[in-house]
Amino acid sequence: MTADLFVNALVAGMLLGGFYAAVTVGISIAFGILDIVNIAHPGFVILGSYIAYMMNARFGIDPIVAGILALPVFYLLGAAIYQIYYHSFEKRGPEALRGLAFFFGLLFITEVTLILAFGVDYRYVQAAYIDRTVNLRLVHLPLRMLVPCLFSLLMLALLQLYLTRTFTGRAIMAVAQDQLALRLMAADPVRIKRIAFGISIATAAMAGAFLIIIQPVEPSVGREYIGRVFAICVLGGLGSLPGTLIGAMLLGVVESFTATFYGPSWAPAVSFGLLLATLAFRPAGLLGR
Amino acid sequence: MTAQLLEVDGLGKRFGGFVALDGVDLSIAPGERVGLIGPNGSGKSTLVNCLCGTLANETGSVRFDGRDLSGLVAHQRTRLGMARSFQLPRPFPSMTVGDNLRIPLLYAVNARPGAAHLSVAETRERCAELLGLVGLAGRVHDYPRDLTQVDMRKLELARAMASDPKLLIADEAMAGLSHSEVSDIVALLVRLNERGITVILIEHIMRAVMSFSQRLVVLVSGKKIADGRPDEVIRDAEVERAYLGQ
Amino acid sequence: MRWWTFLLACSAVAAAVFFAACWLANDYYFFAGYTVLQFVVLATAWNILGGYCGYVNFGSAAFFAVGAYTTVFFHKALPLPIPALVLLAGIASGLIGLGTGYLTLRLRGAFFSIATLALAVVLQTLVVNWNYVGGSRGAYVVRPNEVALIGSYVQYLFLIMLALAVGALAVARAIERSRLGFGFATIRDDELAAEASGVPTLKLKLIATTLSGALMGMAGAPFPYYIGYLEPASAFGLPYAVNAIAMPMIGGTTSWVGPLIGALLLGTLQQVATVTISSAVNLLLVGLLLVGFVIVAPKGIVGLVQPYWGRKRKRAEPP
Repeated sequence: MTADLFVNALVAGMLLGGFYAAVTVGISIAFGILDIVNIAHPGFVILGSYIAYMMNARFGIDPIVAGILALPVFYLLGAAIYQIYYHSFEKRGPEALRGLAFFFGLLFITEVTLILAFGVDYRYVQAAYIDRTVNLRLVHLPLRMLVPCLFSLLMLALLQLYLTRTFTGRAIMAVAQDQLALRLMAADPVRIKRIAFGISIATAAMAGAFLIIIQPVEPSVGREYIGRVFAICVLGGLGSLPGTLIGAMLLGVVESFTATFYGPSWAPAVSFGLLLATLAFRPAGLLGR
Repeated sequence: MTAQLLEVDGLGKRFGGFVALDGVDLSIAPGERVGLIGPNGSGKSTLVNCLCGTLANETGSVRFDGRDLSGLVAHQRTRLGMARSFQLPRPFPSMTVGDNLRIPLLYAVNARPGAAHLSVAETRERCAELLGLVGLAGRVHDYPRDLTQVDMRKLELARAMASDPKLLIADEAMAGLSHSEVSDIVALLVRLNERGITVILIEHIMRAVMSFSQRLVVLVSGKKIADGRPDEVIRDAEVERAYLGQ
Repeated sequence: MRWWTFLLACSAVAAAVFFAACWLANDYYFFAGYTVLQFVVLATAWNILGGYCGYVNFGSAAFFAVGAYTTVFFHKALPLPIPALVLLAGIASGLIGLGTGYLTLRLRGAFFSIATLALAVVLQTLVVNWNYVGGSRGAYVVRPNEVALIGSYVQYLFLIMLALAVGALAVARAIERSRLGFGFATIRDDELAAEASGVPTLKLKLIATTLSGALMGMAGAPFPYYIGYLEPASAFGLPYAVNAIAMPMIGGTTSWVGPLIGALLLGTLQQVATVTISSAVNLLLVGLLLVGFVIVAPKGIVGLVQPYWGRKRKRAEPP
């Protein structure tokens, strides 16, 4: 193993991890904080990719700008889905079966609708930076990886600030622990959860834009991310954004090394294998007690 | 010292940095009626959960009926003869009252080593008898959602009793009940005790605890601070300061 | 009705179905019927864990594929008659169910579901990288044209799937009326209370995942012979995972009747829709029906019909 190969695999893994964090942060909020097992999240990420694709292809808008423009729409979509989820499942009692089937159905509907609308061909976006690479002596930094990674870190930092510094943000964190305390803060838990779920889906708009910068996208790509996002979520410990980032970096690096030294066809099994192993041996996450 | 039914020795449990149980010792003789009190968060529920195997204790040991319980999970302890009722009743909502009682008969009584399996007729008879005992006779085909609060508590106790226990741990069986309903449940617990069942009652309602208990144990911040005759314990300065003074 | 009476009744219905298909003398009905029956087995198997115990398995396609690839493996290594392959496939996928359950069933239910999603991808990656069974290119499985006594090979396959469907329904119904079924229901209702009542919940859940996984694998075993050419993408196809969930959810999850109704209805609908419209549209339809039913009719078709069924049937007492 040459030092060159090693360092580049490490850097590529960290860039990948930065992007994975963006895909996972929505699940971290929904699953970790709100206890909503939204397995449809990767479907919304792909939807975000296609929106970025359309804006890019039709109007030549930069995919990241497109992602930002799509944020309010995705927020409203998330809020609407939570409203349905709340009335149909959460209010009726703690039965997980139907809620899971609901999100599974949403995932499926999103995917099939995209297939009907766009077919199964790969789509990609155009931007000036996509083909460029910054070379720092040994290390190669492809901009199509670096740009999404940096924006993803920015998004995580903003979310962390929001969750720890604002009233609504703290109320969202409190929802996980103590509904009573929340009532004492005179906050309506349903409204708080609706906002949080809206934010969680909104992050998918950004993650989708990042994804289509990194690689061409077709509707069923989302499924590959289900295992990844939950692996990261569980690895990092539920409901913590810094944990999510660490888990994402870790998975990115492990995948990158697997791809470099064993071949890319094994990469999907890594994340899922890691997920199964974590569930089996450290369900509280690597940082958990 | 005579053989104790339950011997708890140095039981400890923490959640992260929070010490929920801090070396609790407790021994209970067969046939006793013991009250367990303590302020909110004093570790009562944790103690119950550690005794019943819902949570694993980190230090100390529990011996029951001459057997070390370490490593045994909840259903194994139920089969050995330790039954509990839950603080908030947790009936099986999709089953009738009768089927709710049938579960412990099928899974605890019939699974006991050396015990003869109950026939369908015997099972039905036992259900009716248990329902009669708690005062729910004739409601065998109703669903839990049709029951009132107090009847739900009675079902909870009947289901615990259905496993034919030696020790019954009643975790706040009376919270939220009216004056006469509380008397009802206390009378029921005394009746069960007279049938030879040892009872630990965890309760906030002092009237109920005082009229029921032969012995009173006080838990504060995970530590046992008093253990003795109820009238003496209640006058204990430390108990008064830590608990009743609040 | 005792279980063997039920089995007899089912077999009689099955025989009638078979001869009706023979009378139509068109292999298309056997091809289409095979697929529908395959869904009856998958839906019934899913429901043993999902409907009775309340644990959602998203990885039905993985168990199905394990069955199919067991056949591909033995087709190359040691040719065996299909009934033997069905048995071996059942053992292989049952063991996988047991393993997955053992790793994740101590945790909250959602983790099990996520793990089953993961399982599908891990197994698919393994198969894609395993050249002996064809890797990503797939494998040809040549089937004979005729089978002695029965006639065309499709009829033979149809008959096997028919037998599997009858078997799966009989198993599901027997569970429902047994001590095991009552134990499963306590797990669905409240695991903590179940343990406190002496129910060994982990053991029961493992029995359910093993049984359910084994039946799904059995449904997959004849598939390579049916399709002739098996590639990972078709064996691990999303339609299996979705249908296995959608059919019981739409039919009703609390008894064996629900998955049967759901599978017959959706299975037939899809057969018709695939011919008349595109297959993507019919999958969209399944997705919409699934979401619609879980929101509007949580008890499925059985739950919708029950109030009009007249008197509510009394539940049998367990032994």
